[in-house]
Parts: sequence; structure tokens; C-alpha cells
Amino acid sequence: MTTQALAQVLASGLLMGLIYALIAVGLSLIFGLMDVVNFAHGEFLMIAMYATFGLVLATQLDPVVLMPLVAALLFALGGASYLGVVRFAMRAKANQGMVQIFATFGLAILLQGVAQYLFTPDYRNVQNTWLGGRTLEVGGVFLPWPQIFGAVVSLAAFGGLHLLMSRTDFGRALEATREDQGAVALVGIDRNRVFALGWGLGAALVGLAGAVLAVFYYIHPQVGASFALIAYVTVALGGFGSVAGALVAGVIVGLVEAFTAVILPPALKSVGVYALYLAVVFVRPQGLFGRL
Amino acid sequence: MLLEVRSLSTAYQGLLAIQDVSLSVAKGEIVVVAGANGAGKSTLLKSIAGMERPRAGEVVFDGARIDGLPGHLITARGIAYVPENKRLFPRLSVADNLRLGRYLYRGEPDADGPLERVFALFPRLKERLPQRAATLSGGEQQMLAIGRALMTRPRLLMLDEPSQGIMPKLVDEIFSAIETIRAAGVTILLVEQRLAESLSIADRAYVLQTGRLILTGPAATLRDDPEVRRAHLGI
Repeated sequence: MTTQALAQVLASGLLMGLIYALIAVGLSLIFGLMDVVNFAHGEFLMIAMYATFGLVLATQLDPVVLMPLVAALLFALGGASYLGVVRFAMRAKANQGMVQIFATFGLAILLQGVAQYLFTPDYRNVQNTWLGGRTLEVGGVFLPWPQIFGAVVSLAAFGGLHLLMSRTDFGRALEATREDQGAVALVGIDRNRVFALGWGLGAALVGLAGAVLAVFYYIHPQVGASFALIAYVTVALGGFGSVAGALVAGVIVGLVEAFTAVILPPALKSVGVYALYLAVVFVRPQGLFGRL
Repeated sequence: MLLEVRSLSTAYQGLLAIQDVSLSVAKGEIVVVAGANGAGKSTLLKSIAGMERPRAGEVVFDGARIDGLPGHLITARGIAYVPENKRLFPRLSVADNLRLGRYLYRGEPDADGPLERVFALFPRLKERLPQRAATLSGGEQQMLAIGRALMTRPRLLMLDEPSQGIMPKLVDEIFSAIETIRAAGVTILLVEQRLAESLSIADRAYVLQTGRLILTGPAATLRDDPEVRRAHLGI
């Protein structure tokens, strides 16, 4: 492998990895906050992609401009999912873990069904975007602009999330709720409100990822599933609940996938990622930054 | 009366932990609820604070019923509760724990208002600000829990066994802090097993036994009552 080819694989893996991190971080955030795995996470991504597609059609604006709007829509979807579904699942008296799994899994099936009904199973793509199809060449390494943009958005989102968590009263309330959800009432915090905002925040982050992906990936009702699987691997590797872990693990997953694609036939490019997942489960089940 | 509890009963899994308990706390008082382990003292405070839902009875705070309200709204009404296990946020710093206490006043210019008073009360906390709460000693954790509670600007402060798990020297410090807090205008409802010490700072006392109130009166009377001395003070 030439140095140039190696640089190409590293760069592509890094860019995709940062996007994977952005897809996964919301999942990790919600899990860390309340120990609930959101099985509809991939469907949130799918909805964000369709939202981008629909808004581009309706407004003829570039997806880059529409991104904040998509994030806001997903924030509302996330908050509504907590208030309308998960909140009730958490009241289960017995087998709460199972009830939560089936509740979010049911939500996933519902969202897929609704997407299929409204948008048909056809593959869509966002056309005529400012970023679409362009590449940047640096010393013989070709980098697609949509991925560069996605990586930058991801880093900015992680930076913003860090500031939110460490500098604001809401961030502190979120941390406190993660620590002891039963104790926050002692300082006047309504944990249901924190949970709803946490779901909104987690969904808004995957909304950003969806807006980024919509520029260079086909959109269809099942698109969430494959990315969701990668997100679960990322979160498991980084440590369930860890935000920094999601960032590091996302990059690792991106790199592993890029290198697998070089070594194995392209159709098997996911094999490396799942092998990595198995290795994590066997060697370090709590993940890199996990607290288990 | 600032706080009135009327015929309160609370059950755990069908078993009544407190039964038909009525008590009242006037503004500016220190009232102690004494009793052995398992007498229902903690359940009583939890039921007032909204952490347990009473099965029957009423809790009236400052003229309005608060039983059945969620805990965070009861805190917002002006009742701060320091539970027996303190429920600090162990991975967060001392500073963050205190800042969380002012959550209800976030965004207000004087949100940190009570902070100086907390530091004057417990100067050690000021030295420990960047430390994780989990790394504090038992006594310091109790100070932080009381400090955090004071940051919510309570009119009524409820303390559950503040002397538990603390070195004797710090116990005196905690008890004198309680008197200082009362002097600053905060009413105190105190649950304690250390009856002698708590009666010495209290105005009135109630004694709980297996979920029911069996004795009540001014602290001085109970302190001198031979029955109480024998049965509860071990003198």
C-alpha cells in the first residue's frame, strides 16, 4: 500500500468516523441520562434525512442552511417520544427494562411504517446541493466535501455539547440527573423535564447527522437500521453513556471500516466493525470510557 | 402554623410505616421527632417532602395543601429536605453540588445569595470546592448536604439524622449550625436518635414508636420527664 493510498484510507475513515460519532452521541447521551436504550435511534436519523429532503424540495434552499431547522424538528420529535411513549414505559411496575425495549422498538416500527406510507419505499436523494459531488484534493488524496462538512459539523456539535454540559445550569442539571435521578427533586429540578429535554437534545444531535447524511446518501424508510447498528457498536465501544467515548469510538469505527474495505471485498466492509464489536464485548464489555 | 401534618399514614408494600401521625411546626421553631430505628421517622419526612406518597392524611405548608405534589414543586414551595443518606451528586464537585442548590434561582442576578452564609456556617466547604463530593468525609458530606439545601432558600429545613456517621467533634458543629440556621429565620424539623443533644436545641419534641406518635411536648419537659429519660435517653 502506498503512502498516498494509506493517507486516503485514513482520511476517509476519519471523516466518516466523525459522522458516525455524531450519529451515536445522542444514543449515548440518552442512555447515560436514564439507562434507556433508544431502539428508535436509527429511525430518528431516517426521519431527519426525510425532513431534509422534504424541506429542500419545499424551500429550494441548500441543506446546509436547513440544518438548524431539521435539528429543531428532531428536538421536538425526541421530546415528544419521551413525553408520549418512554415516560409511560418507565412507569411499568415489573420488567421495566423489557417494557422500555419494546416501547422504543415499537416506536421504531411505527416511524418506519409511517415513513413507508407517506414517502413510499422508493430511494430518494437530495439533488442540486452546493456540497454534492464536489471533492477536495490534497496531495493526491481525494476528500468529498459533504463528508468534510459532516466532520466539521460533528466536531462543532461535540464542542457545543461539551460547553452545554460543563458551563450551563441545564448541563449541570443533566449531569445531576445522570448521577441520581431520584435526588434532583431535592434542589427543585423536575426530572421529567430534564428527561424530555435530554431526549430532545439526543434527537437533535442525530438530526444534525441526518441532515449531513442526506446530502450524500440515499434516503429510504429502512436507512436508519444500518446506521443504527453502527451507532450501537460505537456506543458499546465508547462506553454506554459516555459522550467523549462516542467521539473516540466513532473515529475508531470509521477507521476500522475504511481499512476493512481495502482488505476485504467492499460488500464485506462492515465485517471489521462487527468483529470489533465482538472484541469489545469479550475484552472490555464496559467500553473505553464506560462506568459499569 | 408553618407546617401542619394531619392524620398522615404512609405504607410500604402494604405495611403501614406511619399511621395517623399529626404534628405541627410553627414559624421559627426547632421541632425534633425522636424514636428508635424503624419507628417511621424517615418515612414521615419523605412523605412531607413528596418522596413518598402518603396513603391518607394531609400535609399543609404555609396554608396550602402539598401532599401529592411532586417533590420538585415542594422544594420550590420552600421546604428543603436533607435525607439520611444525603443524596449528594457524588461525581460532581462540591462547587457543582452547591450550584445545583440554586437551580430554582438560575438566571437571577443574586442566584448565589445564600452562598456566603453557607461558607460562614461551614468554612471547610470553601476549601473543598473543586473536590468531588464523594471524596469528602462523612461530616463534610453532611455539611455539603445542608449547604445545598440552604441554597434552595427554604423556609422549612428538614434534617434526617444529621449526626449519623460523623465524628463526635463534628456532631457539635452540626448542632450549633442548626441553631445558627434557625437564628437566620429558617424553621427546623429535625429527626434524630440522639435525643439528649437534639432536645437541648429543640423547642418542642414528638416521640414516634412503631409508626405512631406516643409523646409530645416542650423539649424541656420531655428532657426532665423520668419516663422519657429512662426509656429514650438511657439515663
